[in-house]
Amino acid sequence: MPTLRDIRKRLKAIQSTKKITAAMKMVAAAKMRKVQDRMLNFRPYAKRMETVLSDLAKVAEREIHPLLALRPRKTVEVLVITSDKGLCGAFNTNILKAAYKYIDELKKEGIEVSLSVVGRKARDFFRRRNFTMRNTWIGLSGRISYANAQEIAANLVENYTNETFDEVVVIYNEFKSMIAQQVTVTKLLPVGTLAEEEGQKEQSMTADYLYEPTRAAIFERLLPKYIEIQAYRSLLESSAAEEAARMAAMENATKNCSELINKVTLFANKVRQASITKELMDIVGGVEALKD
Amino acid sequence: MEKENKLQLEIVTPYGLILSEDVDEVTCTGSEGDFGVLPGHVPFFTTLKIGMLAYKKGNTTKYVFVNWGYAEVGPDKVMVLADSAEKSEDIDVERAKAAMKRADERLKKAEEFDFARSSSSLERAVARVQIGEKFR
Repeated sequence: MPTLRDIRKRLKAIQSTKKITAAMKMVAAAKMRKVQDRMLNFRPYAKRMETVLSDLAKVAEREIHPLLALRPRKTVEVLVITSDKGLCGAFNTNILKAAYKYIDELKKEGIEVSLSVVGRKARDFFRRRNFTMRNTWIGLSGRISYANAQEIAANLVENYTNETFDEVVVIYNEFKSMIAQQVTVTKLLPVGTLAEEEGQKEQSMTADYLYEPTRAAIFERLLPKYIEIQAYRSLLESSAAEEAARMAAMENATKNCSELINKVTLFANKVRQASITKELMDIVGGVEALKD
Repeated sequence: MEKENKLQLEIVTPYGLILSEDVDEVTCTGSEGDFGVLPGHVPFFTTLKIGMLAYKKGNTTKYVFVNWGYAEVGPDKVMVLADSAEKSEDIDVERAKAAMKRADERLKKAEEFDFARSSSSLERAVARVQIGEKFR
């Protein structure tokens, strides 16, 4: 039987935990709103960029730019985006599970996998499993800037161009809503593989374009930019999803704390009652003994 | 019916949608020189420099500052993807003037290593001031 003092101590501990989780929830909410704003502002740009590029890719030959080149899939680069910090529910677990499965499938097909990760959680996960990582970016989550995306994009473009790998796949959490994140696998390079499939359906816009300066020069500038934008978008999505996941996790934790507090309080009261009853019995017993 | 002789002008930047409107005419600074677009233009794709985009709607003309980017022109639309863009009424002329002065001084000092940066920021500032004052 724990003493009343022990129980009170425990109650205090739970109460302070609750305060922390509640505060973390507020912080996550504030951060999420910020990232979400940036993301919502950025979405139209990324979307327009996609349509422009797919319009162009329909009429262009694949030889025009190295980033459009289709090569047999011998080596595939997998870029996994997670968070640096934990305490966000199943956010990282989901992504890592999916990534692990995806890599496994590639390997079964006999394709070489080269791995890059964003976020401490992914790095630790793959390090424990003895994967070699080509590149790691740590400390981005929470303060993503366009420069980060540029750095990642530049690295991918460079390695793709000198044929270190023949395809780039990004795995990240997409921000669906406040309560839902979705693990998304998208092909980043070569550019336009998706657009081409969609292009079959809508042939209406296939027209000959006039280019100024030349078409090659435009692709030269547009394609690396497009990769940057896609990288930036995935980073933003992931970080918005992270904060949303954290918010939900902390909300749950706070709720659980409240429940626990109720239970422990009830128990503490029972123990207090029991000890009072016991003392009373002792006194009554003493009085009875003195009577005789 | 009316709609057929209109251009749908859209300007988007990484920081949001700046403008989405049906207009009659668009003039813009391309990397190879200014160009004008009327409804029914041939499909056309160009890179943009730092400069001005003007659009006409009825009898009023409005100006937008555009800082690098791309324009895709179709028969009934002009889509501008800019690194940044500001409507003339949103330009902070005082700030642009200050930036102009700063860049000018840096250029005079001839710090070669960021010559390109200084001169492009000067160019930006000058364009901003011009457009900002035109509106007033």
